[in-house]
Amino acid sequence: MSRSRRAKLQLFRVVTFVLLGAFFLGPIWFMFEFSTRGVGENSPRTLDAWKEIGTYPDLVAGIVASLQLAVITSVGILVVLVPTMVWVRLRLPRLRRVIESISLLPLTIPAIVLVVGFSPMYQWMGINLSDSILTLSLAYAILVLPYAYRALDAGLAAIDVKTLSEAARSLGAGWFTVMWRVIVPNISSALLNAGLLSVALVLGEYTIANNLLYPNLQVEIVSLGRTNAGVSIAVAVASLLFAFVLLVALSFVGGQRGGRRRTRERLVQTFGRDFSGGTR
Amino acid sequence: MTASVETTPREGVEVRLENLQRRYGAVTALNDLSLTLAAGELVALLGPSGCGKTTALRLLAGLEEADGGRVVIGGQDVTGLPANKRDVGMVFQSYSLFPHMVAWENVAFGLQMRKVGPAERKKRAIEMLDLVGLAGYADRYAVQLSGGQQQRVALARALAIRPKVLLLDEPLSALDAKVRSRLRDEIRRVQLEVGITTLFVTHDQEEALAIADRVGVMNAGHIEQLGPPTLVYTRPATPFVAEFVGLTNRLPGTVRRGVVEVRGTELPLVQADEGEGPAIALVRPEAVSIATDGDLAAGPLVGTVIAVAFLGATSRVTVDLGDITVLAQMPTSAAAASPAGTRVRVALRMDPVLIAREEKAPVEA
Amino acid sequence: MMGGRRLSLDWIGAVPFLGYVALFLFLPAAIIVAGAFASEGGVTLINFANLSRPYIVSAIVSSVILSAVTAVGGAVLGALLTYAIATGNPRSTFRRVVTSACGVLAQFGGVTLAFAFIAAIGPASAVYVYLSQHHLDYYASGVWLYDLRGLELVYLYFQIPLMVLIFLPAVDGIKPQWREATESLGGGTWSYWRYVAGPLLAPAFLGSTLLLFANSLSAYATAAALINQGGPILPLQISNAITSEVGLHEPGFAKAQAVVLIVIVAIVSVLYAVLQRRTARWLQ
Repeated sequence: MSRSRRAKLQLFRVVTFVLLGAFFLGPIWFMFEFSTRGVGENSPRTLDAWKEIGTYPDLVAGIVASLQLAVITSVGILVVLVPTMVWVRLRLPRLRRVIESISLLPLTIPAIVLVVGFSPMYQWMGINLSDSILTLSLAYAILVLPYAYRALDAGLAAIDVKTLSEAARSLGAGWFTVMWRVIVPNISSALLNAGLLSVALVLGEYTIANNLLYPNLQVEIVSLGRTNAGVSIAVAVASLLFAFVLLVALSFVGGQRGGRRRTRERLVQTFGRDFSGGTR
Repeated sequence: MTASVETTPREGVEVRLENLQRRYGAVTALNDLSLTLAAGELVALLGPSGCGKTTALRLLAGLEEADGGRVVIGGQDVTGLPANKRDVGMVFQSYSLFPHMVAWENVAFGLQMRKVGPAERKKRAIEMLDLVGLAGYADRYAVQLSGGQQQRVALARALAIRPKVLLLDEPLSALDAKVRSRLRDEIRRVQLEVGITTLFVTHDQEEALAIADRVGVMNAGHIEQLGPPTLVYTRPATPFVAEFVGLTNRLPGTVRRGVVEVRGTELPLVQADEGEGPAIALVRPEAVSIATDGDLAAGPLVGTVIAVAFLGATSRVTVDLGDITVLAQMPTSAAAASPAGTRVRVALRMDPVLIAREEKAPVEA
Repeated sequence: MMGGRRLSLDWIGAVPFLGYVALFLFLPAAIIVAGAFASEGGVTLINFANLSRPYIVSAIVSSVILSAVTAVGGAVLGALLTYAIATGNPRSTFRRVVTSACGVLAQFGGVTLAFAFIAAIGPASAVYVYLSQHHLDYYASGVWLYDLRGLELVYLYFQIPLMVLIFLPAVDGIKPQWREATESLGGGTWSYWRYVAGPLLAPAFLGSTLLLFANSLSAYATAAALINQGGPILPLQISNAITSEVGLHEPGFAKAQAVVLIVIVAIVSVLYAVLQRRTARWLQ
């Protein structure tokens, strides 16, 4: 490459990164700025808005509910998926493609469409079973399914499930022991991946909760935002920070050497192909 | 029967690289490199990775700018010209062809850049494909062609624009061994037929020796020896050349009074003024012979055959002399008398030898 | 090797998963499709006919326009960013940080994003306060952040990173030899883009734009957080149809709208898959 062309290219790159970097980092920075404003002009920065978070009972209830949902959903999806995926690998290899296609299906179905189908179901459930907000976890598990599947698939692909389980069985282990004490410890990073992704997704979820009229964290943030912008933005920043910390933790819980890069890239690809609109 | 491109063969042009310098940060890739290619000549630049041969080619192509020196093509100083104005044809090691174009479209691309009309350039593209023996493959995409076929299309594409120079950057390195030797001869045939001045870069010394008019052996940014293949092989100018081109025995000895004494035999020196003291004599296997008669009890040149490698007309015999092993190359009939396990006496022919001082060979075997 | 009876026992292992998915994925889908064609009294197309109501038509049109604008805008800006990333050192930390950031930002949407923009350029933001005091009142003719124009800007925040994620592999697949071959054959920068890189990247670019379109069309949360009343786009109309009084009387209406949305998305997905095959063939 000639020197002048290289110079022009570098200029383009610098300009692009600076301009777009400002576009992307700006709103985040301003969220911090907004939520740390003092009262009146030129007053010093303060964390008052943050401290006030605890004084809004609905908001706190929303935080608690979302955290509970996050845990229930991520544990639940793992409990269902891990044995199923292991079982399919061992005994039902022909079902593998089917399971994969089904698991990736929610990526192509917008959440706003899904919730139309959920609506009558949740009305029925509310009357006949329970109207607790925690029933949302059943819906959330569907949203989370593709990401959890991809993460677990990568983790299971890296270990020889067949040999491990056959060895354990031949030594007298029952199926529960095989799952719990042989398979699970060996895919711990994939499990953590799947779990963290699920938590991040559930905490950011708005579409389904709002349209089924359940007050989760994001719903409460919006409704608070109509009256008290500062506090609502503070909570929004908090949830963003929390999700960011989770995703950073994710990049360290990469797992087995090459698997780390591959898992991350597959996840990035998964992210890229999602337009379910669940968090948008 | 392959057709020629045109009735009158193209006249090649002289190409000169003068005092080329190229640095990458702290690393000097080319250090005052000068090379002249005569019209119609095929020069091979041979050397290990990192010796600067590809850099030299890319400077000639105009894909990189030199830090110093000149490039002259056909009497014209092209040093300041970008690649697209230099009228050179280039074949890359891999990924040569555009994947979205069929073979003839690839070949016609250079003509398209020169504003040749569609019908005319298709016609000439087909002619070029015919020249490289791929007449029926015009409508194939790169993925539908084997590696060797892709490189032949790449060659046709480079020649279609009737460039002044043909540049080949390790064109055979990514191919299977069998394909490599066939294609190598094909490239040479086409090059001679078209009469184009050609620079061929490779790390494979067999390739370079087989097809080049002259071979330039490069090391660390400069040319160690430039000459016809036979000369470079039989009379290496430096220890590096001796060890990079062909096989060499490294025999420890002592330099004394204008000769080197190796295990009791005194061998003349290529460089008469070598300093005295311990040295390593570089002896070609062809200069080593074995005999099964005479005193085989003990001695510095007595040992046991540990392997015989059949190479066709010649064979290579490995002899264990106790502290070192020696390679001897001879007609197979002579080797037949000494299979593995035979006690033999080794003799060194009185050819002048080169001396190396380093403990270790500069190039990995 | 295994007898038939053994096989059917193995099947049971998949039942929990399949049962759950049947209940919470296929059942809702069936409800939507069946309900779209139903009304009191049986199978009918009335729900689809009702889609011609002016406010629905306007919502669909606005959705399509919004999605098209943010798809093209996101694609173009995203392509520039992709090119800037791809032309750097492929193994550098900077590149890994930037691509990870794109992964995060592509998912970063909804409520938090809306609030971030409100904080950044909204009526109470430091930027607006400062600029309006200096005679640059950009809300002079209305607070556009809270309507479609605002959505166009805000959606770019996740559209651009999404573009990078899906377009980068294609750009990475462009081999430097093709540029050098073009040059040695006499082509300059313009020729290179016109005859080599352009045609090679066109299917990927087009496919990515389509994906961005579907992504934007499906987005709900950001719009819901920014737009307080009315339903200028289809997802908001769907939401109204489920949650409002009107929706209770016409349960099939929301479902018909949902069917329209999912059909558009499905068509786009198929087109994307076709273009993706072409890209994969050339750029691996």
